[in-house]
Amino acid sequence: MRSFAFSSAENIEQAVSAQSDNAGEGAYIAGGTTLIDLVKLDVMRPAQVIDLNGLPLKEVEQLDDGRLRIGALVSNTDLAHHPLVTEHYPLLSQALLSGASTQLRNMATTAGNIMQRTRCPYFRDVAAACNKREPGSGCDALEGVNRMHALLGTSEHCIATHPSDMCVAMAALGATLTLEGPNGSREIAFGDFHRLPMDRPDLEHELEPDELITHITLDTPVVGGGSHYIKLRDRASYEFALASAAAVVAIEDGVIRDARLALGGVATKPWHAVEAEQALTGQPASNESFEEAAEIALAEAVSREHNAFKAPLARQAIVRALKHATQAAMNS
Amino acid sequence: MKEYSTPAEAVDAETTVTLTVNGETRQLAIPPNVVLLDALRDRLGLTGTKKGCDHGQCGACTVHVDGQAVNSCLKLAVMCEGHEVTTVEGLASDAGLHPVQQAFLEQDAYQCGFCTPGQMMSATALLEDERIGTDDAAVREAMSGNICRCGAYKNILAAIQSARGQSPSAQQESENP
Repeated sequence: MRSFAFSSAENIEQAVSAQSDNAGEGAYIAGGTTLIDLVKLDVMRPAQVIDLNGLPLKEVEQLDDGRLRIGALVSNTDLAHHPLVTEHYPLLSQALLSGASTQLRNMATTAGNIMQRTRCPYFRDVAAACNKREPGSGCDALEGVNRMHALLGTSEHCIATHPSDMCVAMAALGATLTLEGPNGSREIAFGDFHRLPMDRPDLEHELEPDELITHITLDTPVVGGGSHYIKLRDRASYEFALASAAAVVAIEDGVIRDARLALGGVATKPWHAVEAEQALTGQPASNESFEEAAEIALAEAVSREHNAFKAPLARQAIVRALKHATQAAMNS
Repeated sequence: MKEYSTPAEAVDAETTVTLTVNGETRQLAIPPNVVLLDALRDRLGLTGTKKGCDHGQCGACTVHVDGQAVNSCLKLAVMCEGHEVTTVEGLASDAGLHPVQQAFLEQDAYQCGFCTPGQMMSATALLEDERIGTDDAAVREAMSGNICRCGAYKNILAAIQSARGQSPSAQQESENP
């Protein structure tokens, strides 16, 4: 592994100034499950690594307005099992526990999960062309082995999938990120945080190099909502999604009052299916409505040589997630 | 800010890390890019912890840090300053093998044995974690981060379930209600 300098930040201000002083050439480390992996592969080459684990960002707390504020350093395991999450946001718990392995969830943090990099094999291989790793070098995935790649939000420069499960639940639930920088803190909606690849796939999010995610605040839970996360993959556990769907449904007199839907494994960012949600609202909670929502969610899908099978897979994931969420709403 | 080394200095500069390994305080002089796995094997001679994939995909390097199972291949040793690390060498006590080790032996829960230290570290952690269910499906799910290319999964599951309730802390609880 390439060498780097190392420092431990004792407070948020130190963490931010360490990056500002460094012209953003450093990398923050929390769980390290993405960073150390990619430094070993020589894909990420930080001059300095700044340890964040001493920062006071490990709390989960309910705010007075009913929202849930999650510290950036809360581990994926602790978040999945937190009583406020299992009670009010079971979708998030389910998505978290479907991701990675026990060991990785113990290490990985909430903000780190949001910042994780794609699993595209061409991104991870420094001998391959990749516009995300090396802007302007091309994209070997376009005509390569693209079975795992995205259908939605792609561009002619990048078709890499966003790998997170947790983020799919957050896209459905709605959340706000708090970012701390040299000029103080600012907030950004979760849905606006990740960027589409377009012609700059190396620019993955709205975080500036000298900014730090400090908190993730979930919107208030959908009143009377049932939820479900379904993940379809090549093996039953410890595998990234081929397609996944997160759904929240609230029913009144057999009619959908509120619906939330997001997709994973098929898009270049955690995919909030806004138009499908709008189409579901006011419709009967029936298979026909769910099928139609799935059609709408995948209307813009563009497949490549090896990943066309993902469209029907995602359609089935959406229908099943909506069906199970409806059952959960009925039983609640 | 605690500076272990700055970009201005040679980045290979060694830094001193103090951590507890299997109950003993150990001091390491290492560059910051040494992962815990390599520190354990190459600096402390604790070769029970195995290097499989070196990328968090196989679980052969699983150890406990403060009682939690982690992939030591993805953890910088310098980040273990002040923490408690337990490796497979720390499972047995003067009283004999840990119940999980004994169960692996009795259930023949291995073939080549390369993944076994990691399997046992995940198994001991999950038996102490009350958030993880006790049924076979929950155990399989909690153990999915440990790959066994010989395919000894059936016997590994049997070993874990037979060791349940026999861990030292569970016995202590039953003796001191």
